[in-house]
Amino acid sequence: MPAAARRGEVPFALTLGGVAALLVIAVCVAFSTGAYPVTPAELAGLLAAKLGLGSAAVAPAVETVIWDIRGPRVLTAMLVGAGLAASGAAYQGLFRNPLVSPDILGVSSGAALGAVLGIFASLPVLAIQGMAFAGGLLAVGVVLAVASAIRGRDPVLVLVLGGVVIGALLGSGVALLKYLADPYNQLPAITFWLLGSLSAVNRGDLAALVPPVVVALLPLVLLRWRLDVMTLGDEEATALGVPVRVVRIVVVAAATLMTAAAVSVSGIVGWVGLLVPHLARLMVGPAFVRLLPTAVLLGAAYLLAVDTLARSLGPVELPLGVLTAVIGTPVFLWLLAFGKRGWS
Amino acid sequence: MSARLSVEDLAFGYGERVVGAGVGFDVAAGEVLCLLGPNGGGKTTLFKTLLGLLPPRGGRVRVDGEDTAGWSPRRRALAFGYVPQAGAGQFPFTVREMVLMGRTAHRGAFSAPAASDHAAAEAALERLGIAHLAERDWLRISGGERQMALIARALAQAPRVLVLDEPTASLDFGNQVRVLEQVRRLADGEGAEGLTVVFSTHHPEQAFAIADRVALLHGGRLARFGTPEAVITAAMMREVYGTEVEVVAVGADGMRVCLPVGLKRPG
Repeated sequence: MPAAARRGEVPFALTLGGVAALLVIAVCVAFSTGAYPVTPAELAGLLAAKLGLGSAAVAPAVETVIWDIRGPRVLTAMLVGAGLAASGAAYQGLFRNPLVSPDILGVSSGAALGAVLGIFASLPVLAIQGMAFAGGLLAVGVVLAVASAIRGRDPVLVLVLGGVVIGALLGSGVALLKYLADPYNQLPAITFWLLGSLSAVNRGDLAALVPPVVVALLPLVLLRWRLDVMTLGDEEATALGVPVRVVRIVVVAAATLMTAAAVSVSGIVGWVGLLVPHLARLMVGPAFVRLLPTAVLLGAAYLLAVDTLARSLGPVELPLGVLTAVIGTPVFLWLLAFGKRGWS
Repeated sequence: MSARLSVEDLAFGYGERVVGAGVGFDVAAGEVLCLLGPNGGGKTTLFKTLLGLLPPRGGRVRVDGEDTAGWSPRRRALAFGYVPQAGAGQFPFTVREMVLMGRTAHRGAFSAPAASDHAAAEAALERLGIAHLAERDWLRISGGERQMALIARALAQAPRVLVLDEPTASLDFGNQVRVLEQVRRLADGEGAEGLTVVFSTHHPEQAFAIADRVALLHGGRLARFGTPEAVITAAMMREVYGTEVEVVAVGADGMRVCLPVGLKRPG
């Protein structure tokens, strides 16, 4: 079945509306799940009151749950999911490969090393997050520097292989620190961070996450038409009038910023940036003008749903990274077997 | 008629390696130049240098008298339309979306395609006779249809010079003829001002069929330049390709073809 006919069956606005509805459902379920359930009516009542529409007919305890506990976690989950999905969509187009995820250039391994180093040095939580963020940016900076020093070869290939090699090196750094870490105190904290979790998220984390995600989303939105042309490869894109080096640097910088900000708050959460853009492309096609909003909403809904599962499935919270992998692997295998239409 | 595309003493190559040098020729608007030459003769490298995908190692390329050195990709894209040998697209864009990408250089980096861009894309689809393919998936059309769509994309670009890299490679016989007919029509202009067309091929017959000029690239040098009849001779084919051919006129129009001598099954 041709993609156009497939897309023709469901108009884009309807698909996007459907994904938005999924997100709203995920938000309502997330608020009503937990030790102190909040109904959608209470949530709507409080939001209306805060916007100055009517008085707050909500118990103070409910307000605390919404405002200080569950609200920040729900919004953070949405932002992390949206950011990872948006960077994944940009990278898959830029590197012209369906198996590319936002950490292809080593941002996750750099963030991991930064965070683990922070835990190893017994730094406060905020400093650990800062080190994760800096580590992620630094790793990609090194990969970019290496790639621009190697000339006369396929620049995309050099970037990806450089990312893999630098990532492996950083991974061995993480392994060394785990080996050296205090096994009673530091090692559990390191393991916990590497598995990814949103359980300790507060309003400060949210405030730190919003600016980089919004700032990084902007160039992707602005360059949406150029990103389509970039999927044709450097030669064709240049011949069509795109300054490919500039666009590539801007997109890599934006995706790196977004991913580094996300993982510095959530820890390593794999699969989202790989799977969600893939699914979104199957739904609305490859044109970035439709792909980006779909991937953002779908990523937000997906990670929020997974986080809600993580904190409600068992007596203790399950690590987010483990759950995304457990859900991601079968979905990816299914895509591999049946979803090939989107790619070839 | 003044030259639309002038190549002056051009040297070209990859990185440190110089592939060819001393290449110079002029092509006027409405003319078709066929680039012939054996494998490894430097045709593709010359194309990439013409298009600015590789920096020239020496000499210059002029369009309507203007030196293209230092032009931005955008300015180049407004002068040159490029039809690659095989489109590298790997995503399931529709043919219409693909042709619309030809308008990239006509709008700002951040702006969506305007109504005029959509109109240009539709006109290009119409002109190539592939409007019925507009909604089809790029990855699910045939090689011949894809070649037509790539030409439509280059046409939507509204360039002055159209560069086609072996446009008939890997096409079946019928599609080869259709593509060549289109290329000739684009040069003739059909009412509008014709494009300057440069295309490369391995088949001398294609030069006889549609080219006004032939440039023979051999060992990185411009070995011959002139009309197809003057350039493609039995002596040249022996010298450059190492094969014995007979150049004969056939059919009602007396179009010339190259017949290999001694290539015959026994009996």
